[in-house]
Amino acid sequence: MRSPESPVLTIDGLIKDVGPLASLDGKMLRVVSGLSLVAERGQVTALLGANGAGKTTTLECAQGVQKRTGGSISLLGADPDSAGAELRSRVGVMLQDGGLPPSARPIPLLRHVAGMYQRPMDVDALVDRLGISQFSKTSVRRLSGGQKQRLALAAALVGNPEILFLDEPSAGLDPQSRQMVFDLIAELRDAGMGIVLTTHLMDDAERLADYVYIIDGGHNVAEGTVAELLQHDHSADTGVTDRTLYFDAVAGLDFSTVLRAGLEVAESRPGSYSLKGVLTPTDLATLMASLAERNIMPASLRLEARSLEDVFLDISGRDLR
Amino acid sequence: MSKLLSPNAGPASLLRRILQQGRYETVTMLRNGEQLILAIVLPLMALVGLAVTPLLDGLGASRVDIATPGILALCAMSTAFTGQGIATGFDRRYGVLRFLSTTPLGRGGLIAGKILAVLAVLFLQVVIVGSVAGMLGWHPRLDGWLPGMCVLVLGAAAFTALGLLVAGTVRPEATLAITNLLWILLGALGGIVVPAERLPPLTQDIVHFLPSGALGLALRDSFLSGAAPLSAVLTLLLWTVLAGAAAIRWFKWN
Repeated sequence: MRSPESPVLTIDGLIKDVGPLASLDGKMLRVVSGLSLVAERGQVTALLGANGAGKTTTLECAQGVQKRTGGSISLLGADPDSAGAELRSRVGVMLQDGGLPPSARPIPLLRHVAGMYQRPMDVDALVDRLGISQFSKTSVRRLSGGQKQRLALAAALVGNPEILFLDEPSAGLDPQSRQMVFDLIAELRDAGMGIVLTTHLMDDAERLADYVYIIDGGHNVAEGTVAELLQHDHSADTGVTDRTLYFDAVAGLDFSTVLRAGLEVAESRPGSYSLKGVLTPTDLATLMASLAERNIMPASLRLEARSLEDVFLDISGRDLR
Repeated sequence: MSKLLSPNAGPASLLRRILQQGRYETVTMLRNGEQLILAIVLPLMALVGLAVTPLLDGLGASRVDIATPGILALCAMSTAFTGQGIATGFDRRYGVLRFLSTTPLGRGGLIAGKILAVLAVLFLQVVIVGSVAGMLGWHPRLDGWLPGMCVLVLGAAAFTALGLLVAGTVRPEATLAITNLLWILLGALGGIVVPAERLPPLTQDIVHFLPSGALGLALRDSFLSGAAPLSAVLTLLLWTVLAGAAAIRWFKWN
């Protein structure tokens, strides 16, 4: 899946210490410890991890906003710590908190940022595309979270970057703006831009990412395409995907006698069941037959494949949120 | 191929980036109501106050001739120290400095843009205060303008460096409090508008070493006698270098 072209970003053994911190008796805290990744042109590379895993720090080291403690970073072939205007003009950055002045109005602000580039994007087209015209008269301070997010994305894009950093791009977005932003990201990717984003939302990674790095405790613990990560079964390398069947029926049913070993049924609340394991069509038929024998019609039935969240839980032993 | 995206063509020229940032910051400063009160209204009130009260009588020159250079010095402190310091403090809080430093503007361009904005606003202040003072009977020496404007720019540099030092090291709320408080204290007792000889004896010896006292003295001497005293110029230079070095060393961008 990795392209043969030179990557837009290569991080090798990144280390970042912060502090000294009073809470650690004046010791330094290692927030990134040996993280490595490669991001390619024309791909969305996602850093997936819980809050505090070191995702934002990694991005800021890659952007040259923070100086790294150790390891090497190549951003479009250069060291971000000694980046000049030439390199910065090829890099678009959307910070987690936006970084936009509260008193500014969207369009003058975008024109101002556009003025820093030789040949920026057409601001009007960008404003249209991200639906910014609906709130163009409102100051940044009064924008909703999702509106701010779209404006910050526009400001990151206006210079036609070759690599785009997005720190938690879907934070605060309503479903419509989320779709708008995701469509645009996919379009930019298809146009050859290299996109590196962080997220703690599985759904983001599943919908957007070509390649995912799972980050935990300051380093990468797993990587692959979404499909590769989903197929990986950590209990037994059978290549068969874990699935869960959720169904609602009358409370207090016992299936222990009918199901084969290796499957487990749980009743999360009265009448709500989940059947977990490497399910086969026969397992489903057995379960349905057992219900039919008792003349019970399930109120709902839903089959779900193993999600990225399960993978994350398996690897890191903790929840994302 | 995306309709929006076109090939990257590099940054705008350094000069254009700095001018662009300078213009943007100037407009932002002039749109801020509190900033205008501090930059224009309060200095004009102080000017009129000193022109109609006998506070500056008996110092050899007319009230307005002594008052106006000090008011210009006060303007430099308003804009470069208090106004610019507060704006930078809040820009830091909201991540604006971080974001702009990732664009081709960079950190150097950001500082250069701020200095340009301070100079542009200061120019407007000189025009307005000078005009009002002229109506009140200000007669500056013609040969005082060149040294006067030079020390005013030097004073603005010293106060910009001090403002950035405060803004870059403490929370924006603290910056707001510190720069406003110092504006009042230095404005009243720092030898900026009221010459040292009219201050309490205890403060007389100190004010010449303060940037406010040095700038006030240098401007008054320039417009009253045509030259700024070397000691005051050196004091301002020293403050600029020390505060500038401290700001470079301790300014936190995040």
